[in-house]
Amino acid sequence: MRIFGETKERMDKRQADRRQGAPGEREVQTRTAPAVERAQEMVVENLSAYYGNFKAITDVSMHIRPNKITALIGPSGCGKSTFIRTLNRMHEVAPGGRIEGRVLLDGEDIYARDVDPVRVRRRVGMVFQKPNPFPTMSIYDNVVAGLKLTRRRKKSELDEIVERTLRQAALWDEVKNKLSESGTSLSGGQQQRLCIARTLAVEPEVILMDEPASALDPISTQKIEDAMEELKERYTVVIVTHNMQQAARISDYTGFFYIENMGDPGRLWEFDETDKIFSNPGRKETEDYVTGRFG
Amino acid sequence: MDLFKQLRRGNPGDAIFKGLAVLFGLSLLFISGLVVFELWYQSSLSRGEFGWSVLWSTEWDPPGERFGALQFIYGTLVTALGALLLAGPIGIGIAAFLVEIAPRRVDRVVGIVVETLAAVPSVVYGLWGIFVLGPFLCSYVAPPLQAVLGWLPLFSGPCRSYSVFTATFILAIMILPTVAAISRDVIRAVPDAQREAMLALGATRWEMFSRAVLPYAKSGIVGAFALALGRAAGETMALAIIIGNAPRIFTSLFDQGATMASIIAANFANAGSAMFVSFLIELGLILFAITLIINVSARLLVWTVASGPSGGIRA
Repeated sequence: MRIFGETKERMDKRQADRRQGAPGEREVQTRTAPAVERAQEMVVENLSAYYGNFKAITDVSMHIRPNKITALIGPSGCGKSTFIRTLNRMHEVAPGGRIEGRVLLDGEDIYARDVDPVRVRRRVGMVFQKPNPFPTMSIYDNVVAGLKLTRRRKKSELDEIVERTLRQAALWDEVKNKLSESGTSLSGGQQQRLCIARTLAVEPEVILMDEPASALDPISTQKIEDAMEELKERYTVVIVTHNMQQAARISDYTGFFYIENMGDPGRLWEFDETDKIFSNPGRKETEDYVTGRFG
Repeated sequence: MDLFKQLRRGNPGDAIFKGLAVLFGLSLLFISGLVVFELWYQSSLSRGEFGWSVLWSTEWDPPGERFGALQFIYGTLVTALGALLLAGPIGIGIAAFLVEIAPRRVDRVVGIVVETLAAVPSVVYGLWGIFVLGPFLCSYVAPPLQAVLGWLPLFSGPCRSYSVFTATFILAIMILPTVAAISRDVIRAVPDAQREAMLALGATRWEMFSRAVLPYAKSGIVGAFALALGRAAGETMALAIIIGNAPRIFTSLFDQGATMASIIAANFANAGSAMFVSFLIELGLILFAITLIINVSARLLVWTVASGPSGGIRA
C-alpha cells in the first residue's frame, strides 16, 4: 500500500520515539499535568440510534480502549457523528434523538435510568466540528466556562488550570499575553484549540472529537494532531474524521462505518487496530474505502 | 450599437424604479420633519411663555393659563419603567419557554396568541383594566403587597381601580407581546453550536440558557426592551382611561397620576384657551424627544454590548 507508505514511516518513527521515552518532553509533561490517571474504557453493546422513527445506526458494538486514540471513518451520512454523540448523550439533545442498547463507561451504563446526562457529559467531553467558543467571553473565561459550572475555585487554581490546559492544547504561547481578549478574536485553528482546552479543563475521562480539523488549514491541523498525541497519555480519545491519512497517522484503533444500501441505517463494518485496517483490512468495502476507491 | 448605448445610459425602467424608491425613502424623512416642525411651530406660544422652565415646573392652572410638564414626564417614566420591570423578565421567560422547551406545535400556537395580544386595540385594554384587572389587583394583589411593603410610601394608601398601579400592570400586559416576540426571535437566532458547547461541558439546561444563550442574545434583548419602553411611553388610550389624569407628582402607586400622552388625550378636545392647546402640543414635542432619546440610547447600548455576537467566528 504505497499511499500509506509515508504515513506508516512517520508512525513507526513516532512509536520508536515514544519507546525511547523522549526524556526531556516526558518530564515537562509530568510537571504540568496532575498525576491522576483518569482515562477510562468505553464498551458499546448493540447500540442503535434513532431520530424519531428514522434509524440512523444499528447494532454497533465496540470496545474503546483507554489511553488510545480510536478513529471512526466512513463515507458521509453513515452515522459516524451520530454514533460519537451517543457516547456522551448529546444525541438525545437532537429532536427525537433516542437509542437502544448499552454504552458502558468504566463498567457503568451511561444510559441507565438513574444516570444524569449532565454527569455523563462531565466525564465524557466533546470537541465539535466547527469551533464554537463563547463569543461574549474572554479566552480565559472560555477555558474555565465548564469549571465554573461545578464549584467555586480560587483564582490561583483557575490560573493554573488555564495555563496547563492551554499548553496541552498547544495554544498557550500564542495567547498567553492576551487572555482577556475575546475568544472570537482568534483564528479558526486557534479557536478550535481553545475549545480543546475548554474541554480538558473539566477533567473528563474520555474526549470525543467530531471532525475537529475538517474546517482548518493544514498547519492548524498539524498542531491539533500533535496535541492529540499528548492527550492520549492521560485520556481516552475518540475522533471522527473524513481524512483517512489523519486516521492512519494518529489513531491506534479504527472503526469503519458503512451503509450497504441507500436508506439503510449505518453499521460498524469493521473495527480493528489501525495498522490492520489500513494495511490488511478484513472486508472488501473497507479496503475500497481506505484506498480511496469511493467515499 | 443601439443596445450598448442604452446600457450606458441605463435602462429607463431602472431609472424610474430608482427615482421612485429614492422619492419614497425621502418621503419618510419629509414626514418626520413635518411632524417635528408642526409640533415646534404650534407650541411656540407655550414655549415663548414658559421657556425651558416648563421641564421642571409642576404648575397646573388651566383658567390662569399656567402650565408645567414635570408631573407628566414623571408619570410617563414611572409607568413605562414599571411596566418594563414587570414585562421584561416575564417576556424573556416566555421566549425561553418557546425556544428551549416547548414542542414546535405549542410554539406556533403560543406565537399566534402573542401576536393577537399585540393586535388588541388599546381602548379595549383600558376598559378591561377598569372592570376586570383593577378590581382583581385591589382584592388579590394589593393586600399582600401592602402587608409586606406597606411601610414604603410607594405602597401606601387605599387601592383603587383608577390608579398608577393598575395603569402600570395594563401597560406591562400591553408591551409583553413586544418583549416576548422580539426576545423569542433573538434567542432563536443563537446558534445551536453555542448550546451544544455548553451542554457538552456538563451544563444543565438552565446553565446552558443563562451562560451561553442569554449572553449571546443580550444585545438583541436590550433592543427589545427599548422598543417596549418606547411603546409604553407613548401608549395613550388605555392610560387615559385608567390612570385618573391627576396632574400631580404621585408618591404612592395607588394614587392617581397622569402621563404626557394621557393628559393630551384627556384635555385636547376641550382645551379652553390657545395657551392650553399650545401647551398640550408642547407636551407632544417633549414626548417625541423622550422617545427619540430612549431609542437612540438603546441603539448606543446595543452597539457597546454587541462586542461579542456581531463579531461572529472568524475562519
